[in-house]
Amino acid sequence: MSAQVAATDPGRRANRSWGAHIARLVDRWAVPVFTVLAIGYLVLPIAVMILFSFNDPPGKFNFVWGELSLDAWLNPLGRLGLASALGTSLMVAFSATIVATVLGTMIALGLERYRFRLRGATETFILIPLATPEIVMGASLLTLFVGTAQEPFQTLTGGLFFPLGTQTILIAHILFCISFVVVTVRARVAGFPRHLEEAAMDLGANEWVTFWKVTFPLIFPGIMAAALLAFSLSIDDFIVTNFTAGTSNTFPIWVWASIRNNLPPQVHVIGTIIFTTAVALVAVSTFRSLWIERKAARYRAEP
Amino acid sequence: MTSPQRARRRPTRRQLAPYLLLAPGCLWLTLFFVLPNIQMFLMSLSEGSVKQGFELTWAWSNYTEAIARFQRQFGNSLLFGGLATLTCFLVGYPLAYGIAFRGGRFKNLLLFLVIAPFFTSFLLRTISWKIILGERGPFLSLIHGLGIVPDNFSILGTPLAVVAGLTYEFLPFMVLPLYVALEKIDRRLVEAAQDLYAGPWRPGGAVLGALSGAALALISMSVLGYLPLDRAADVASGLVTVALIGGALGALVGWFLISQSFIRVIWPLSLPGVFAGSILCFIPAIGDYVNVELLGNPKTQMIGNVIQNRFLSQNDYPTAAALSFMLMAGILVALFFYARFLGTDELTAAARV
Repeated sequence: MSAQVAATDPGRRANRSWGAHIARLVDRWAVPVFTVLAIGYLVLPIAVMILFSFNDPPGKFNFVWGELSLDAWLNPLGRLGLASALGTSLMVAFSATIVATVLGTMIALGLERYRFRLRGATETFILIPLATPEIVMGASLLTLFVGTAQEPFQTLTGGLFFPLGTQTILIAHILFCISFVVVTVRARVAGFPRHLEEAAMDLGANEWVTFWKVTFPLIFPGIMAAALLAFSLSIDDFIVTNFTAGTSNTFPIWVWASIRNNLPPQVHVIGTIIFTTAVALVAVSTFRSLWIERKAARYRAEP
Repeated sequence: MTSPQRARRRPTRRQLAPYLLLAPGCLWLTLFFVLPNIQMFLMSLSEGSVKQGFELTWAWSNYTEAIARFQRQFGNSLLFGGLATLTCFLVGYPLAYGIAFRGGRFKNLLLFLVIAPFFTSFLLRTISWKIILGERGPFLSLIHGLGIVPDNFSILGTPLAVVAGLTYEFLPFMVLPLYVALEKIDRRLVEAAQDLYAGPWRPGGAVLGALSGAALALISMSVLGYLPLDRAADVASGLVTVALIGGALGALVGWFLISQSFIRVIWPLSLPGVFAGSILCFIPAIGDYVNVELLGNPKTQMIGNVIQNRFLSQNDYPTAAALSFMLMAGILVALFFYARFLGTDELTAAARV
């Protein structure tokens, strides 16, 4: 109907082309503009965190902007217990990353390269912890650890699990990192060029040598990505840690405890440092793999 | 070593290899994931206290009492978790679409920015929201300055703040599987649809948009408690206003942005991503308690707050164990059906990004 009207009435036609113009503009710009806004929404709290690390708050709580100050940056650990909490966090994160990366990589290799009974079941088994809410994971670990406080378990376990402490935090962090490592490494192992290994074997290398000289260097970027993920999961974890920490402090636990009484800008400083370090590491590893890819492409082009 | 011997030994080693590779990690998962959950189940049927020790008495009443007593918190968890998943979808789908189809050479950068929040503690991110939404924060100053809300309007300490916090926290979990699903779509299918005269979908898109916009506005207003339920006249006018605003916005979006090739090609092909993203948002969202603690008030408590409080402050282990076991069991059942009908591929797709 509108087409008939448009054909007879020049005013309507101008109107319609104006409408079409808007439609074209919306079509072109709506999605990109929305994307930029949504990304802005995602990074806004990070920007606020960085900004408020330069704040000199009017009260004890760093919730309201006072004035620009470098005090917190010049004295990032100048709060009671903050340094030791951060130390525990780093130590747990390093140890958990190493153990979880080794165990997870082994599982990933086993699942990806071999066909065996129970393979499907194991796959599901590995995925369940990923889908478990952290609160359930923390609560169940707490129940287990407290359960070992009763005799005869206390003697049997040598008091390893009770009282709670750094060791129980470490156990929990390794647990929730393993599944993430498996998934990340598997994604990289999946497209692995098997003929390179066969070539190495044909040239007389045994399985052990083939693994360390061929397989490992090729999947190393995947392992590094997994380790990085595990590290940032561990150092930022709060919920599971809150259940398994007992009286010991990690950085997030220290922050949680301090929210009630005061919230110094030092918290934002350390958060900013952790964030920038992680981002820098990701950037370095990304550029490194891009660089290697480019070199390989050039090598293929002119042998 | 003679060759027949070697031929016999080789296969056994190859058969053993996967089990040896899997054993240490799976042992860890069994000891510290399966065993604790069994222990938690037993604890949920026990009676006693920390001082006197717990005794397994098969007290199923722990469950019935917990459900009766914490009905409201269960309700809050489902409502807030569901609403947050819905908002994550509404924000996440266009975002994932934008990155996958319009990202161009910025694709990797945009994806990196989507996961950037993972590199800060979510405690600090939630504190940032407390700053932004706070009484003297930039957001409230702005809308008070514009005069569009009454003077005593605040966001912190309301269900809105909790849902907003949950939405923010779990948005990347929605975007990543959606992106993977959208990215996989063969662009030639869209071109083929356009060649076959798939154009704008004007009346249909507008009607669909208007209806869903109105429904969404009504649901969110009633769940967030902004509708005064005591005076019937207010309710009617409030409902009409809200539905009209939501409907108008939805109609605009539908009119301009929903094409036939989208509704017939892209949307059906992206459904696996929608399901995976929703489940990855909803499951952690219903177990969350930090957002309520920092952004909500005692009335907005979710089931996570009760579990946390019972375990860590009141030492009421059996009730807390019953509550978290119910959470775990519900999620296992949901996951079972999900994996049964849709497979587990999409859930781990995010790692491939």
